Amino acid sequence: MTNIVLDIQNLHVMRDGKKILDGLNLSITEGSLDAIMGPNGSGKSTLSYVIAGHPNYQVTQGTISYLGQNLLNMSVDERARAGIFLGFQYPIEIPGVSISHFLRLIYNSRSRQLGEKEVDSFTFLKKLKELRLQLGISEDMMSRSLNAGFSGGEKKKLEMLQMVLLRPTIAILDEADSGLDIDALKIVASTINQQRQQSKSIVLITHYKRLLTYTVPDKIHIMSKGKIVKTGNQDLALQLEEKGYDKVIKAPIAGSV
Amino acid sequence: MKSATNPQKEMEKQHKNPVENLIAEKYKYGFVTDIDSDIAPKGLNEDIVRFISAKKNEPSWLLSWRLKAFRLWQTMSEPSWAKLNYAKIDYQDAHYYAAPKVKPDIKSLDQIDPKIRQTYDKLGIPLHEQQQLAGVAVDAVFDSVSVATTFREELAKAGVIFCSISEAVQKYSEIVQKYLGTVVPYSDNFYATLNSAVFTDGSFVYIPPGVRCPMELSTYFRINAAKTGQFERTLIVADRNSYVSYLEGCTAPMRDEHQLHAAVVELVALDEAEIKYSTVQNWYPGDEQGRGGIYNFVTKRGACRGFRSKISWTQVETGSAITWKYPSCILQGDESVGKFYSIALTNHFQQADTGTKMIHLGKKTRSTIISKGISAGKAQNTYRGLVRIQPGADQARNFTQCDSLLIGNMCGAHTIPYIENRNKQSYTEHEATTSKISEEQLFYCQQRGLSAEDAVSLIVNGFCRQVLQELPMEFAVEAQKLLGISLEGSVG
Repeated sequence: MTNIVLDIQNLHVMRDGKKILDGLNLSITEGSLDAIMGPNGSGKSTLSYVIAGHPNYQVTQGTISYLGQNLLNMSVDERARAGIFLGFQYPIEIPGVSISHFLRLIYNSRSRQLGEKEVDSFTFLKKLKELRLQLGISEDMMSRSLNAGFSGGEKKKLEMLQMVLLRPTIAILDEADSGLDIDALKIVASTINQQRQQSKSIVLITHYKRLLTYTVPDKIHIMSKGKIVKTGNQDLALQLEEKGYDKVIKAPIAGSV
Repeated sequence: MKSATNPQKEMEKQHKNPVENLIAEKYKYGFVTDIDSDIAPKGLNEDIVRFISAKKNEPSWLLSWRLKAFRLWQTMSEPSWAKLNYAKIDYQDAHYYAAPKVKPDIKSLDQIDPKIRQTYDKLGIPLHEQQQLAGVAVDAVFDSVSVATTFREELAKAGVIFCSISEAVQKYSEIVQKYLGTVVPYSDNFYATLNSAVFTDGSFVYIPPGVRCPMELSTYFRINAAKTGQFERTLIVADRNSYVSYLEGCTAPMRDEHQLHAAVVELVALDEAEIKYSTVQNWYPGDEQGRGGIYNFVTKRGACRGFRSKISWTQVETGSAITWKYPSCILQGDESVGKFYSIALTNHFQQADTGTKMIHLGKKTRSTIISKGISAGKAQNTYRGLVRIQPGADQARNFTQCDSLLIGNMCGAHTIPYIENRNKQSYTEHEATTSKISEEQLFYCQQRGLSAEDAVSLIVNGFCRQVLQELPMEFAVEAQKLLGISLEGSVG
């Protein structure tokens, strides 16, 4: 049956004294693909940051439970090790830290959590090569500094690589499709589809339905002014494309929340 | 503990802590004889200087050199130009001589500050090494002596001289006399002059012409190196076309009851010789409130005396409450090369004023300065450097890069570069950056499952990469761990 992985109830969030999320409800079930769409400033990215535990956001009301645990009591890294992955819209640069070193570090950290053995660098590099080729990432990139001087597409592919290595229970991908050419977009979509086949939950935060033609979500949620205002299927994305957010949000549609 | 009467208890104790028992046993046999008298009375005067020289059975040239230094020192005053703040040092309130095998006041590691022990464990230092570092009396118990002997034999085969400077004064007096004080004269500065008057021991290295030293030299392997004292004096001479890599210190925190350290290191590289000098300094930095800690006033200088001589200084400075240190190169020989790679990390209330001097005298001399300063807590970190190109140094070049990294809002980073170019054919480049570990970098790393401390350590290591890669491999790995440990408690 369908198990609930992430359950958000009546979530209110402030940042710098400003209310950003205003009574948001959202449930994510195991193995589902959910898309969250909405106009700029509706709070989509904030939602992803709050789930990951960014310290600049204050939860003033509501609950988030993750696999039955109170997520709000957990630190950022505890959440990550417990299987929550956030794919960043703008991955952060860390000069001097080589990608392969970083990847092995985070891979082993997650392995420990999963009760698996840490791997030596030889075994890791073998595994890395396999995944790297699937994602079309070149070898010379591995010795470069993390995210430093990368193109938008390279950064997004690297986020995908990290997601696959970390084997998360749920991955929230913030604008995973922005800045990608069509080939890269297909690669990202197929990576997402593979995750789905392994019963991982995926939440896509996106502006456009471009990505959604390659990976069809089970549900589409529309966010406005800090809450989910409509939930539907693929049709909702088509309507958005035709009519724009304003009309769709206001129109009473059957099948909404 | 001294007299174990119950054999069963004795067994248990041995099981629990063999070293402690071994030492207790030695006490039973009166192993430690009456050597207390080998400590000079407190205070500093000419008699003390004579006492030190006599104890070491030194030749008269050295005594008169010491006395000249002492007389000059009495007329000098402590420099105050550094950006350092500390209570005045009472130079009369210290012992200036203690025999190397001072009575051990530590019988086992259990008597060491648990924090230092934790650090040993985190660095993965083997137990017997921990004991040696902590000053536990374990003479001749473990095989370190035989290791050192093998080591010495191999060096002897290559013709390399590596011994304590006291031994060198006895055995190789003419070489010592030829070079001692020629790079750092006894009149150099307040601390170097003090050191010249009262130095008790240190290392001496001589590499004969054409010899590539077959191994990295480290004080760890020098016999009786356990306690060189607070006024260490090191002299390294690389003769024509030779090469040596020397490692000073170790990554483990040194237990030391002396607060003031004033070492002098002199390097001499002749034609086409190369000296690589690496330091990891991790003396006690004081506690989180800034109480205690070592004051480290060091004079290190290398002379590239010949054609294409090369000297490189690589330092990782994470210890000491006060660091005052400017390893320098005098580029006399044409086409000689000087390099300075530095990581200075200060946390809590530590203060560091460190940098280098590159003095270009010869034609086509080149120097490179890469300095990475990291400040956390309420620490102050200053890079102070001088690049001087003299009129005769045609086509000399210098490249300087000073980067500062701040962790938190209470610390400070300062960059004070002096550039004096007196030759129109020569040029210098200077780059400086100051950055902070951003919240977003931390968040990104933590989101991938790394703890806040691991994340900081990773970011700092990335920042220091250029310098770390200059260290010998094994040293670099330990230095990386050390950077992480030194920053503990710097993130909330």
